[in-house]
Amino acid sequence: MNKGTGGGAIAAGYSLLFFAFLFGPLIIMVITAFNSSSFPRITPWECFTTEWFDELFGNERLMAGLVNSVIIGVGVVAISVPVGLAGALALSEVGPKVRAALYTVLITPILIPGVVLGISTIVFWGGLGRSVGADYGSIFFDGMFLTLAGQVTFIAAYAMLVFLARLQRFDPTLTEAALDLGATPGQAFRKILLPFLSPAIGSAAFLTLLASFENYNTTVFTILSGNTFTTTLASKVRHGTDPSLSALAVIIIAVTLIGAMVHEAHTRRAEVMRTGQAARSKVYGNPVLSVLAHPVMVLVLLVAMGGGLAYKASQHDARACKQQILDDKRALQEKLLEEQRERIRAQKAATPAPAAPSSGPAPSSFGGAFNPGSLAPGSAPAPAAPATPKTPSGFGGAFAPGSLKPN
Amino acid sequence: MTTKDIVLDHVSIRFGSYTAVDNAHLTIRGGEFFSFLGPSGCGKTTLLRCVSGFSEPTEGRVLIGGSDMKGVGPNKRPTALIFQNLALFPLMSVADNIAFPLEVRGISKKQRRKRADELLDMIALPGVGDKKVHELSGGQRQRVAIARALAVEPDILLLDEPLSALDLKLRHHMRTELRAIQQRVGLTFIYITHDQGEALTMSDRVAVMNSGVIEQIGDPESIYNRPKTSFVASFVGETNAIEGKVVLQAGEIVTLETPVGHLQGKAAGGRRYKNGDPCYLFIRPEQLEVKSGLEAPNTIAASVVKEEFEGSARILFLKANGIDMRITRVNRGASDALANGQALVCAFDPDHATVLPHGPLAGA
Ligand SMILES: Nc1ncnc2c1ncn2[C@@H]1O[C@H](COP(=O)(O)OP(=O)(O)O)[C@@H](O)[C@H]1O
Ligand SMILES: [Mg+2]
Repeated sequence: MNKGTGGGAIAAGYSLLFFAFLFGPLIIMVITAFNSSSFPRITPWECFTTEWFDELFGNERLMAGLVNSVIIGVGVVAISVPVGLAGALALSEVGPKVRAALYTVLITPILIPGVVLGISTIVFWGGLGRSVGADYGSIFFDGMFLTLAGQVTFIAAYAMLVFLARLQRFDPTLTEAALDLGATPGQAFRKILLPFLSPAIGSAAFLTLLASFENYNTTVFTILSGNTFTTTLASKVRHGTDPSLSALAVIIIAVTLIGAMVHEAHTRRAEVMRTGQAARSKVYGNPVLSVLAHPVMVLVLLVAMGGGLAYKASQHDARACKQQILDDKRALQEKLLEEQRERIRAQKAATPAPAAPSSGPAPSSFGGAFNPGSLAPGSAPAPAAPATPKTPSGFGGAFAPGSLKPN
Repeated sequence: MTTKDIVLDHVSIRFGSYTAVDNAHLTIRGGEFFSFLGPSGCGKTTLLRCVSGFSEPTEGRVLIGGSDMKGVGPNKRPTALIFQNLALFPLMSVADNIAFPLEVRGISKKQRRKRADELLDMIALPGVGDKKVHELSGGQRQRVAIARALAVEPDILLLDEPLSALDLKLRHHMRTELRAIQQRVGLTFIYITHDQGEALTMSDRVAVMNSGVIEQIGDPESIYNRPKTSFVASFVGETNAIEGKVVLQAGEIVTLETPVGHLQGKAAGGRRYKNGDPCYLFIRPEQLEVKSGLEAPNTIAASVVKEEFEGSARILFLKANGIDMRITRVNRGASDALANGQALVCAFDPDHATVLPHGPLAGA
């Protein structure tokens, strides 16, 4: 921190705000995944529970979508990576004029809105199917195939960009040297260019898998009547959310964190090995620590830790706590009901006959407590006022209609 | 050795309308150290790539060992090219680099390693086989590149300015080393350089190129002492060029009328001139002598501009009627320094001055 500029406190405060802004929602989301409240929230804290994970894995539509997404994702990677590589190689071989034109053509699918790609994929393959006389059970009308085809059109271009960036750093005289030393063009490609590109192949595979998995705009059209993980999630959110989505977020965050840490362990190790400073390093010079810091070991440890935690949490039984909460709620209801009856009785005593109709809804078993209007300050039955100060505290909207339903 | 002869049969290479190599016609004998010498951009690399098979001549033929190389790819030719940047494979160990030509020929790992170790011994780098290329010094990489090229015993080694990336001292050392390797393995070396020192010290024969044209082919002595064109005379080594017109030719001795008076030189290659032909007279700085005072035939009156001391020699910069000249004088220890602005007369032997028809000069 540079105190000379006097920005220390401001900078620290700013960083704090910045990180709060970045990570606040994530942290809140993680906490809500473990709250038994049927709506994702932190307060009031009811019970620690892992039932939302059960709920998540028990959602058959979502799990079927996940399987579809994985199948499509693997397919997209398997097609996009070689196609993108071929495009990048073609671009690096041709002359500058052809390259500019070809580049525009190959990159256009990224610029076209996904919606348009989705619709045109259906129209194109549907038209093709009809022209060859295929029926609606054929591949031309299969959501999985159409999604694969639609996604590859633009995801292959992502892969191509990754390869182009790497190819720009390739020295073409290396290929020439290989040829000159007697290698066939195939051998030169396999032994020289491919090893050089291998980090880019990894990145491209990862990027294309993610792009396929999270794609919505195109997929929502091309999947037709089927569904993928993303489209299921989207419709679930539209129909009202519950903490099982938070549980999903927890899983995704955990996977990302583990991935990031393993990757970090890998890059640090590679850097130390590359500069040949392993022997002098405190961590990598020590045989035990060196094994512990190996990326595979890090992965195993983190997965074991995560698995252990998950197992421990799954053994947790929240039933007693939830019963307690339910009983508390019932008791409170009883209390409120009792107070209401008291008021009605008092009212009756003060103003005889004419007042009676105004408290019409009272006969229902829950009295007026569930009538939202009755809680609004300053609303019709003036004598209800004493009850209002209670509502903002404690259980908040717990008594709103329907909030008990999913329990 | 004639089977390893390389014949360039009227080879021209064009890029569109641009002629990079213009009608190269020569024979390189098997086992010869042959250099192409010329300024940057004169078409040396283009010609070498044509011999190694990366491009085909637009016109003419390349014959190696008597057979036409048309349509024969670089991996099928008995040549090995050492690239200007060496093109060592950065992801492989030194031994894997050297054994690469064996690997692609399907030779077993054990045999490859054995051969790599042999070659490492030959280039005096035993035990570095398991290092990565970037762990070697510039000179070591140079030698590894040569070992890799020699791994499958090609007939011809092609070298494209292989020393240009090295520092001066290493460059001088590698000259000797390259020549020694060539004599040891007995291969044909075709060596490309823009450095006349390299070409003259290592080569059996040198071809001097200028803008795609081979101007002269000969052994280093004849290139230096008997240049055939004004470009060769001015590009190879230091020289003084004085422009003039022929006034008389008596046998080999030609008299020119120049801005610094009448001067005599030898007509290169027994050439006959007509009176009035525009010519250059070339005199090497080491052929000029300072003769204070005396006016005689074949002398030039000049004044001293400055003198540079180089240890073994002093270089005297002169101005003679607007023409810049230089004289190299061996340092014999005596303090014979000359004052700036001092007038003097320098003389030379007509046998050591060359008269050549007017033409382009190097670096002009
Ligand atoms: N592939 C090419 N296309 C067009 N011009 C080229 C090509 N390769 C070389 N040239 C031109 O040919 C000339 C000779 O180049 P080069 O052989 O590399 O010279 P150098 O003698 O320095 O090795 C240069 O002017 C260069 O611009
Ligand atoms: Mg060159």
